[in-house]
Amino acid sequence: MRVRSLDDLKAIAQRALEKLCGRRIRIAVGLATCGIATGAEEVYSAFLKGIESLKRDILLTKVGCIGYCREEPIVNVVIPGKALLLLSRVRPEDASEILKNLIDGDVPREKIVCRVKEWDHLLEKIHYGDGFTDVSLYEDTPFFKHQRKIVLRNAGIINPEDIEEYIAVGGYRSLYKALTEMTPEMVIEEVKRSGLRGRGGAGFPTGLKWEITAKSESDERYIICNADEGDPGAYMNRNEMESDPHSLIEGMIIGGYAIGAKEGIIYVRAEYPLAISRLQIAIEQSRRYGLLGENIFGTDFSFDIRIVKGAGAFVCGEETAMIASIEGETGRPRPRPPFPAEKGLWGKPTNINNVETWCNIPVIVYKGGEWFSKIGTKNNTGTKVFSLVGEVQRVGLVEVPLGTSLKRIVYDIGNGCPDGLKVKAVQIGGPSGGCIPEGLLDIPVDYESLKEVGSIMGSGGMVVMSERTSMVETAAFFVSFTSEESCGKCAPCREGLKQMLNILNKILMGKGSPSDLELLKELSETIKTTSLCGLGQTAPNPVLTTIKYFKEEYEELIKRYD
Amino acid sequence: MVKLSKEKLDKVETILDRFPKGQSSLIGALHAIQLEIGYLPEEVQKLVAEKLEIPESTVYGVVTFYNFFRKEPVGKYIITACQGTACHVRGAGSVIEAFEKTLGIKVGHTTPDGKFTLDIARCFGACGLAPVVMVNNDIYGRMSPKKVEEVIAKYRD
Repeated sequence: MRVRSLDDLKAIAQRALEKLCGRRIRIAVGLATCGIATGAEEVYSAFLKGIESLKRDILLTKVGCIGYCREEPIVNVVIPGKALLLLSRVRPEDASEILKNLIDGDVPREKIVCRVKEWDHLLEKIHYGDGFTDVSLYEDTPFFKHQRKIVLRNAGIINPEDIEEYIAVGGYRSLYKALTEMTPEMVIEEVKRSGLRGRGGAGFPTGLKWEITAKSESDERYIICNADEGDPGAYMNRNEMESDPHSLIEGMIIGGYAIGAKEGIIYVRAEYPLAISRLQIAIEQSRRYGLLGENIFGTDFSFDIRIVKGAGAFVCGEETAMIASIEGETGRPRPRPPFPAEKGLWGKPTNINNVETWCNIPVIVYKGGEWFSKIGTKNNTGTKVFSLVGEVQRVGLVEVPLGTSLKRIVYDIGNGCPDGLKVKAVQIGGPSGGCIPEGLLDIPVDYESLKEVGSIMGSGGMVVMSERTSMVETAAFFVSFTSEESCGKCAPCREGLKQMLNILNKILMGKGSPSDLELLKELSETIKTTSLCGLGQTAPNPVLTTIKYFKEEYEELIKRYD
Repeated sequence: MVKLSKEKLDKVETILDRFPKGQSSLIGALHAIQLEIGYLPEEVQKLVAEKLEIPESTVYGVVTFYNFFRKEPVGKYIITACQGTACHVRGAGSVIEAFEKTLGIKVGHTTPDGKFTLDIARCFGACGLAPVVMVNNDIYGRMSPKKVEEVIAKYRD
């Protein structure tokens, strides 16, 4: 059916709500990549078989990921009228026991992580109910209690392959509002008011970027979603696409309207096949419902989205390299200016935003920029999703208001290192980020504070390192990454990083000399200031921060030789 | 150089027919061809250049620039060990070593029986389960050197 009005949306929502919390028992298996890697597909099959043999009317469905990777495979169950329960580490052999209990209105206690009485999808609230009062509440669970979900508001709760469930939790209502009640300028104004900054890492104000592109003189404009999440250790974008693809699509359609573009491109890395397939499904569904394509909502606004698959080049996350790649060329950055906002894809004004930036848009349009600007801190509004990984107990995807302290994330949410080890450093911002020592974990996570300590926000990878990690070896690991991924176009990056790696390896082999540290710093400064694109400009960060905060480790290795 | 069969070259041509001429089709076409025949040898690159009407050097440049494209044939099963930061911190190195030892090949090589190719990747984005290994499209999390034999055994037939 083609959706033409708010009433059409509401009718679909009503129907789909029955699936989310209706008269049937609902079993939802977390089937994002992490869940699948731990056997969630086998768990799903086991439930399917169990339900068939019981001949009961139970709704079995798939959902994305709620972010608690340590507890995968995660299954959530809803008994009509009772709280939603999150179950952890479910194995296929648990299915029959769980089913038996569910039919009796119960759930095996040892599997339960927490219960959810009510879930706030921000555009819509779902009230599940009470019951299981002996089980701790979601908002009291250490991993979840400091989080605030805006981007991940639907992840792990709705079926990402069912547009109707997205509509049930308020989906596409923001698009309706934008197209029928707002002019493009009003949309841009709202985004500006929200204070939203680019979530790809650089933190450029999104509304301003939109405005520049919208005002660039041209008959055609493009918007691009940067889904080339290349930072090792970062996977929030993958989850956002796998768990709630319509949020991204709706954000892009609104962006297309505001900027005056007719076509949007999602550039996804080839390493994410599941994200690509879910996006494809979502795009087809949106078209079928008349929410994408010609005359959206029956208005005269038309917009479509296509997916372009990357081919494994880290540098393509840089916006000019990405444009080159979409045009079919080798992904080498182009000098700026001209900026893509003036001259981008096929020489036309182009606006590029990260997946997470786009996912914030529907919420901002619906709730208002002012609402959004009150979350986080003054110049760092909203939330950011981080992947808390490495040597930390509660690994997972964590969404917190900007300005939350690193300590809170690493200790209160992540519970520190496993095996009684001490935290030595947290590496933030991917291979071009920095290593922040334990002593500085009091700093708030915002664009400026991270920069001050020599790191960057980056896409939000947060790798915790324990006392047994060698920081010199870590620095060498990152430089070997960036030097291999350097596209080779400019000399400082291509040659400089190679030389840095040689020096680091020499030190690691115990053949370093005291002057090497000065040489490393000097090289770093040159590479930072003279490289063509962000890759080179930030690549020395891991070396600079480890020399700054962990100099004794370098000296120790060098001393051994003397 | 191994020559591709006529049948395979025909398949390549059929795939290329779906794409409009010009460079903007190049990366998509290469993806589709590699998915079908597994790699992109020189004769395929020539054919691509001819059909899309772009220089051979451009095709070669793109094939060699992007890590995803292969010029050499691969084994039936491609074992890709992740070497991203989270995996690295959690011992990916020893997992890769165990694969090398068990398969008797180094990273980047294929076993003589053409069954397994061992490769490394930057990051699959399954960092919560580090270290991670992928065999074709199956993903294995929380790996350790001890689990290596178990994973390989599933594909030995």
